[in-house]
Amino acid sequence: MRHVIEIDRLHKRYGGVVAVDDVSFRVEAGEIFGILGPNGAGKTTTVECLQGLRRIDGGEATVLGLDPVQQSAQLRRRIGSQLQESALPERIKVWEALDLFASLGDGRADWEQLLTEWGLGEKRNAKFGALSGGQQQRLFVALALVNRPQLVFLDEMTTGLDPGARRVAWDLIRRIREQGTTVVLVTHFMDEAETLCDRLVVVDHGRVIASGTPQGLIAEHGGGVRVRFTAHGEDLDWLAGLPHVHEVHADRGRYEVSGEGPVLAHVAAALLRHGLEPADLRLDRVTLEDVFLGMAGGGAE
Amino acid sequence: MKLLSKMSWLELKLFLREPLTVLFALALPLLILFVMGGVFGNKVDVEFYRGVGAMDYYVPAYLALVTASVGLISLPTHIAGNRELGVLKRFHASSIPAWAVVGASVAVTFVIATVSGVVLMAAAIPVYDVAGPDAVLVVVAGFALNALAFASLGVFLGAVLPSPRAAQAVGVMAWFVMLMLGGAGPPPEVLTGAMKTVGEATPMRHAVRVMQDGWLSLDSGLSWLGVTLVLVVSAVLALRFFRWE
Repeated sequence: MRHVIEIDRLHKRYGGVVAVDDVSFRVEAGEIFGILGPNGAGKTTTVECLQGLRRIDGGEATVLGLDPVQQSAQLRRRIGSQLQESALPERIKVWEALDLFASLGDGRADWEQLLTEWGLGEKRNAKFGALSGGQQQRLFVALALVNRPQLVFLDEMTTGLDPGARRVAWDLIRRIREQGTTVVLVTHFMDEAETLCDRLVVVDHGRVIASGTPQGLIAEHGGGVRVRFTAHGEDLDWLAGLPHVHEVHADRGRYEVSGEGPVLAHVAAALLRHGLEPADLRLDRVTLEDVFLGMAGGGAE
Repeated sequence: MKLLSKMSWLELKLFLREPLTVLFALALPLLILFVMGGVFGNKVDVEFYRGVGAMDYYVPAYLALVTASVGLISLPTHIAGNRELGVLKRFHASSIPAWAVVGASVAVTFVIATVSGVVLMAAAIPVYDVAGPDAVLVVVAGFALNALAFASLGVFLGAVLPSPRAAQAVGVMAWFVMLMLGGAGPPPEVLTGAMKTVGEATPMRHAVRVMQDGWLSLDSGLSWLGVTLVLVVSAVLALRFFRWE
């Protein structure tokens, strides 16, 4: 089996409302694959179809070589899921939840180890309702991993976490991949997708509008580079004539030079030649967010 | 089977961690018992209570009431609440089968009803000098049948009602109507014709007769069949309409 997930022209509607219009992609073993898009784009519906939680109205899907509709029970035993909008009973203790979910597999799962690994050792006897948001998310991921799945789905797992907890979660997601598990990461955070994903698709209005590696997408759709610096009392008209520079904006001494390719090197060299040494000369990286906002419908949120 | 016992044990622990719910399950039947017992005592009045003492009549009837209160009030709210919170969805995604979820809830409901019933008998028999059951095994069998029937009905309500609030409203309403008209409240002899007709149609009326059959050797007509029918129909509907989210 070359692909862990193959979906082709997936279509899903709720009544008359189309949630997923036409989504196709492939996920390879061992990668972190991102599904990125604004709220309501159809990301969650897509992965819920792949988890065998929803019937598919059109197109084809294969997950771990199984049909997620016909073989959903078999499939769910081999995947791990951290779901959006799911919960545990308020009063269940951390160890009880792990023990219950571990018993669903072949019984070989070592949840004690997961408990420590995911930093929940001290919370062993704490009730679910008493955990912080970050701890609840870590417990959900630990539960998703308890049966040593080949594939895990993480749906908006860092939503609602503070920046520190997000960084911790990112490290943990990388660790899942290092252990050989394929990860499908659903997120609407561009920085998260950019940092974590090997490859990703951008979904909007139920369709894939872009796909590739984060760097590839940035190179393809990012529209060049921007160099910024501050300089006062000088006439810098010559900037526009530099190689690779397309446009120069000046606003009360704050300059923004945009172009393509080695713009920074040319600007820096030219500034030195003119006897200028701005301390704040910098290259603004184009992020996935810029890419996304530049795409049609990107401002939907 | 191992999963079912694990789930049931967990559900029971979760139930015991909610002190108010525990108190409700144990105190409600006692409250009704002491109020009604205080008012009517246990004297025989040939016109009412099928010709036996008031408390001789009510204790088996309250055993039916106990099975209805845990089955109709606690259970539907519990199931609809777990669905609304996403607990059921979480279970579903981890391939916990529906029968394990439903089975564990029914098992716990059964245990709670049994404990409530024992507490009720332990209070009623000495306080009101109520005679013990005529046929213990028939009482046990009837109690088990009633508990399963009301639990199935409760699972069905929990499955079809959209929210825990709706489940609670419908459950309490159904329970109250059955209490008043089903023979566990005012004696059936004082009800008007229409009330009697409605009462006869409630599962409670039959559950009460089933208990009084074993306890007092009173005629139960087709009530065993009636309760069995409630059990089977509710169980089929509950599994048919069970929703994870």
